[in-house]
Amino acid sequence: MAFPGYVAKRLVLFIVVIFGVVTITFFLSHVIPADPVGAIIGENAPQELVEKIEKQLGLDLPLHQQYLRYMKGIVHWDFGISLRTQKQVSADLKTYFPATLELIILAMLIAATCGIGIGILSAVKRNKLPDSISRILSLIGISMPAFWLGLLFIMILYYHLGIIPAGGRLSPGVLSPPTVTGLYTLDSLIAGEFGTFWDAFHHLLGPALVLGWIQTAYICRVTRSSMLEVLNEEYIRTARIKGLRERIVILRHAFRNAAIPVITMVGISFGYLLEGSVLTETVFGYPGLGRYSVNSFLSLDLNAVIGSVTLIAICYALSNLIADLFYGFLDPRIRY
Amino acid sequence: MEKQDRIESWERKHSSEISDVKEILHTVKKSPLAMVGLFIVLILIFVAIFAPYIAPHDPITMNLDNRLAPPSMSHLLGTDELGRDILSRIIHGAGVALKIMIIVLAIDLPLGILLGLVAGYFGGWVDEVIMRISDIFMAFPRLILAMAIGTALGPSLVNTMIAIAVTMWPTYARLARAETLSIKERTFIEAEKALGTSKTRILLSSILPLCSSTIIVRATLDMGNVIRIAAGMSFLGLGAQPPTPEWGLMVSTGRSFLISQWWVPTFPGFAILLAVFGFNLLGDGIRDISDPYLRRGG
Repeated sequence: MAFPGYVAKRLVLFIVVIFGVVTITFFLSHVIPADPVGAIIGENAPQELVEKIEKQLGLDLPLHQQYLRYMKGIVHWDFGISLRTQKQVSADLKTYFPATLELIILAMLIAATCGIGIGILSAVKRNKLPDSISRILSLIGISMPAFWLGLLFIMILYYHLGIIPAGGRLSPGVLSPPTVTGLYTLDSLIAGEFGTFWDAFHHLLGPALVLGWIQTAYICRVTRSSMLEVLNEEYIRTARIKGLRERIVILRHAFRNAAIPVITMVGISFGYLLEGSVLTETVFGYPGLGRYSVNSFLSLDLNAVIGSVTLIAICYALSNLIADLFYGFLDPRIRY
Repeated sequence: MEKQDRIESWERKHSSEISDVKEILHTVKKSPLAMVGLFIVLILIFVAIFAPYIAPHDPITMNLDNRLAPPSMSHLLGTDELGRDILSRIIHGAGVALKIMIIVLAIDLPLGILLGLVAGYFGGWVDEVIMRISDIFMAFPRLILAMAIGTALGPSLVNTMIAIAVTMWPTYARLARAETLSIKERTFIEAEKALGTSKTRILLSSILPLCSSTIIVRATLDMGNVIRIAAGMSFLGLGAQPPTPEWGLMVSTGRSFLISQWWVPTFPGFAILLAVFGFNLLGDGIRDISDPYLRRGG
C-alpha cells in the first residue's frame, strides 16, 4: 500500500476509535450507574435538589437525547461545569493539561536518554556483568508500582536529602509566568524569568524521575533486543573487518538500523507516561491532568470525568497513531 | 503390578507432554533469573494458601493500644495506624493479590480466546466488528479505563476484577486471531473440513490447542501487570475497600505516616514490587524458552 493510502486508512480508523471511546464513556457515565445524582449528593438529599442537578446534567431526558446532547457537547469541546471546581471543565483541562505535558516531556527525555544508552551498553556487553545488572534493573523498573516509588522518592529526596520540593508546580510566593504555552518551564524562559524556570523545573524533577525511571526500563529492553538482532548481521561483521572503530560500528552501523523499534517505543511511551501520571501526580500532589481525573472520579464529578477521560484517550490514541505512521513511513513492509 | 501398568500406559499416552514439561524444566534450570522468578511465585502461592497458619496475628482485629509500633520481635514489620500487625496483613494480602489475578485471567482468557478464534476463523464482518471493538478498548490507557469502569460499578474488590478484565481481553483476542489465521490455512484443517467435521469442533479441538502456547506465554507476562494495576486502583481509593488486607490499599492508608512511621507504607509496597517482579521474571523466562530463536541465541 502506498504511504498516503496507509495514512488515510489509519486516520479513518483513528476517528472510528475516538467515536467508540466517547460512546463507551457515555455508557459508563450515563447508563451503568444506577443513581448518579444520589451518588454525587448522597441518597437522602431533598427531592428538589436531586431534580435540579438532574436537570443541570440533563439526566431527566430520554437516553437517546442524552446521547445526542453529550455528543454535541464533545464535538464543541464543551463538557459543562465541574461540580467540584465550579468552573467550565474545558477551562480546567486547559489549566491542567499543560502541567502534565511538561511532566511527560521531561520524563520522556530522561527515559529516552537513559534507556537507549543502557540498552546499547547491555547489548554490546551481552551476558556480561553490565548486561545482567541492566536486565535485572529494567525488570525491577517494569515491576515497580509508580505510587510506591513516588513515596520512596519523597521520603529520601525530599525529607532526608532536601533535593526536591514537597509538591505542587511552584513554590509558594513564586508567581506563575505569563501564559503563552501553559508550560511553566517554557513560559518562564520566554519571559526571561530564570528564577521561576528553576523553581518550576525543581518541582517537575521528583515526578519526572519516577515516571522516567519506569519508562527507562521499557525503552532499555526494546533497545537491547533490537540491537542484539542487528549486531548479528553480516554488515556489522563487514564493518568490523574493514577495521572501523568499535564506537563507529556500534553507533553508526548498528544503532541506526536498530532505531526504528526504539523510536516507536519512545512514541508509544507517551501513552504509558500519561497513564503513569495519574498515580505519580496523585502521590506528589502535582496539579496535572492525572490528579484532576482521579479527584473527579473520587468525587463522582461526572462532567469532569467525561472531559478528562476523553482528553486522555484522545492523546493516547493520537500518540499510538503517530508512532504507527512513523513506523509505516520508515519501514514500508508493515503498511499492510 | 496393575498399578505399574497403568502408570506406564499413561506415560506412553502422554509422552509428548511429559517431554515438553521436562524440556521446559530443563531450560528454566539453565536460566537463573527464571528460577528466581519461579521461586518467588512458589513462595507467594505457599504464603497465600497457608496464610492463616503462617501469619503471627489476625490481619483485621484492631489493637488501638499498640498503634504505629516500629518493627520489633513481636511485630517484625511493625503495626499500622489501627495497631494491626503489618506482616500478617501482607501475608494475607498475598491471597488477595493472587485471587484478583486468577479471577481476572479466568474471565479474560476464555473471553479473549473465544472472540479471537471466531474473528480469525470466520473473517469478514464478524472479524471486522470484533477487531474494531478491541481497537476501541485498546485506545484507553488500561488504568484509566479500569478506573472508569470501577467507578461506574462502585468501588469494590469484585468490581476491580471486572474492570481490569474488561481492559485486558483485546490482547488475547488479537493473539488468538493471528494464530487462527495462520493455522486455518494448513492442510490438516482443510482435511477436517473435507471430512465434514463441525466448525465448533475444528475450532475447539484442532485450532485452540495450537494457539494456546502463545497465549499462555502472554498471560504469564500479564500476571504481574494485573497485580500492579489492581494495587494502583486500590491506592487511588477506587479498588479494594478497608479493612481488606490489600497491598495497594495498605500503601494508600499508610501514606500519611510516610515521614514519621516509614514502615507503614514501605513494606506493603515492597510486597507488591516483589510479587510483580517474580511474575515478570518467570514470564520473561517462559517467553525465552518458548521462542526457539532466542533459545538458540542463548
